Amino acid sequence: MRATDGAGPSDAVIRVRGLTVGFGTQVVLEDLDIDVYRGEVLGVVGASGSGKSVLLRSIVGLLPRWAGTVEVYGKDLSQLGRRERIEIERHWGVLFQDGALFSSLTVTQNIQVPMREHLKLPQKLMDELAALRLSMVGLPLDAGAKFPAELSGGMRKRAGLARALALDPEIVFLDEPTSGLDPIGAAEFDDLVGKLQQTLGLTVFMVTHDLDSLYAICNRIAVLGEGHVLVSGDLKTMLAFEHPWVAAYFKGPRARGAVEA
Amino acid sequence: MAELTEAAFDCRVEQSRVHLEPRGRWTVDTLSVLERGIAGIKIPSDARLIDIDLAALKELDTAGAWLLARSEVGWRARGLKTAYSNVTAKHRVLLDEVAGHPLQELPRPQQMGSITRLLDDTGRTVIGAGDDVVRVVSFLGASVAALARAVARPRRLRFTSVIHHMEHTGLRAVGIIGLMSFLIGGIIAQQGAFQLRRFGAELFAVDLVGILVLRELGVLMTAIMFAGRSGSAFTAELGAMKMREEIDAMRIIGLDPIETLIVPRLIALIVALPMVTFMSDMLALVGAGVVAKFYIGMSPTAFIERLRDGIGMNTFLVGLFKAPFMALVIGLIACVEGLKVTGSAESLGRQTTASVVKAIFMVIVLDALFAMFLSAVNW
Repeated sequence: MRATDGAGPSDAVIRVRGLTVGFGTQVVLEDLDIDVYRGEVLGVVGASGSGKSVLLRSIVGLLPRWAGTVEVYGKDLSQLGRRERIEIERHWGVLFQDGALFSSLTVTQNIQVPMREHLKLPQKLMDELAALRLSMVGLPLDAGAKFPAELSGGMRKRAGLARALALDPEIVFLDEPTSGLDPIGAAEFDDLVGKLQQTLGLTVFMVTHDLDSLYAICNRIAVLGEGHVLVSGDLKTMLAFEHPWVAAYFKGPRARGAVEA
Repeated sequence: MAELTEAAFDCRVEQSRVHLEPRGRWTVDTLSVLERGIAGIKIPSDARLIDIDLAALKELDTAGAWLLARSEVGWRARGLKTAYSNVTAKHRVLLDEVAGHPLQELPRPQQMGSITRLLDDTGRTVIGAGDDVVRVVSFLGASVAALARAVARPRRLRFTSVIHHMEHTGLRAVGIIGLMSFLIGGIIAQQGAFQLRRFGAELFAVDLVGILVLRELGVLMTAIMFAGRSGSAFTAELGAMKMREEIDAMRIIGLDPIETLIVPRLIALIVALPMVTFMSDMLALVGAGVVAKFYIGMSPTAFIERLRDGIGMNTFLVGLFKAPFMALVIGLIACVEGLKVTGSAESLGRQTTASVVKAIFMVIVLDALFAMFLSAVNW
């Protein structure tokens, strides 16, 4: 684990208060509070079905909230007009679980979609920027001309990350970035995220199941359960926390393997 | 957008040195302005060194850093040296990161001349059409084989599935096809009577409706409607299953996709289409009867008698006889197109369109073949 450089509670880029989200009669998140600090990598873990992805999706506004507020840079998202909202949205990028690349566009075109939508850049400049993004996420240039269906799972994730980074966002949401990758590919992806986070000064909100990712790149961990954040803090806090699921997760055989690695 | 104007740079020339001072926000949204500005810098031919002073730079992201790095490459190629000063640690990291990714050209997809492309397209279409014929025929073979297995061991026939598809393709189409047929029967009767009235042959409008509807239109309209409703649905269902690897999963588990997915659909279509055609025929005649009553003033009894005298049983049977063949063609095309779907959402749309268009076209071709055959055998 890396130390957080100077970030503290005063420096929350995302501040969620009293968030309640559900489907039909089923409440998934109830009165949930969570902060994401500038420049940190926050790992959100929890059992399957504990609402990790729901949390991510309701922060970025893909799911309607029943109650609560989400503030980004101190602005309440529900109070913003369309323009201000787009302005905020330009500052974040989302990597969906399987990349969610547009299947009818090539990888290069996928990366250029946000640029085309939000900026007026000459095609040559966009091509060069796309090439830079491809190179930054470690994809070969010829992958740019391919369609998503022609890529492997790991390459799709990298391409999805390149698209998420297209506009140089400050906040990046990652939904299970290493799921479906082989351990070596997952470790490489962790390295990539960690390196990009440091060089670009990103704030990363990462939903994950992967203990190795938590150990490798997260500054802080938040555990979801029973509809809210059970505990958040660094690894020591996790290990000291007395809760059956948290204990089983961080002290189980897989966790020991990750520590030794 | 006042912020955009914040991004700029100063450029001074002192003998052999060029001072470049970026100011403000060098980010992706100011990039296009900056790029034009940088490209417009005139560097004297005796310049040796470009001195880049980042003291006034407020914000830098990879796009801005890349613009600097890329310009640097250009200057270096012209024999100029570059030196940075007042670089903060944060900017240093970005500049180093970007410099680590050399300027590369994206490979351009090969452009063909218009004539070459036309020839290329034509060739591909012809080959595709040939492939289609082979696919449909081999599919027909596989389906018949699966059907034969099912007949030999009726337990293998997915009865529930057949009923389900019959409900969706047949029963649920009854309303719309019935209404359509009723109206078409009425329209033909009205037009027939209107045109034939000039020759004093109004009564023959009944023969006209009877032959046209029973022999051709009833089955043709129903088949076209089936191609649009059920053919597209089959293609989309199978295509989505193919995209999500469900069909591969079935193969692995040992379920034959042809037996579990295709045969029930084909049987449902082959059974449902004649039934709906019969209903369509009858409702068209009812429509014609209603028009005859109010437009010609012919009583229903007289209408039915005239129909019985004017039209042989064979006319009615010919229409029904064609229905199962059309159903088979629609089903086969829909399933073949569905299984041609690849990973992208676009291909799903393309194959669904292709399925409907090809099915309607083949239904009409089939009808023409039947017309030639049946008149040759004097039916």
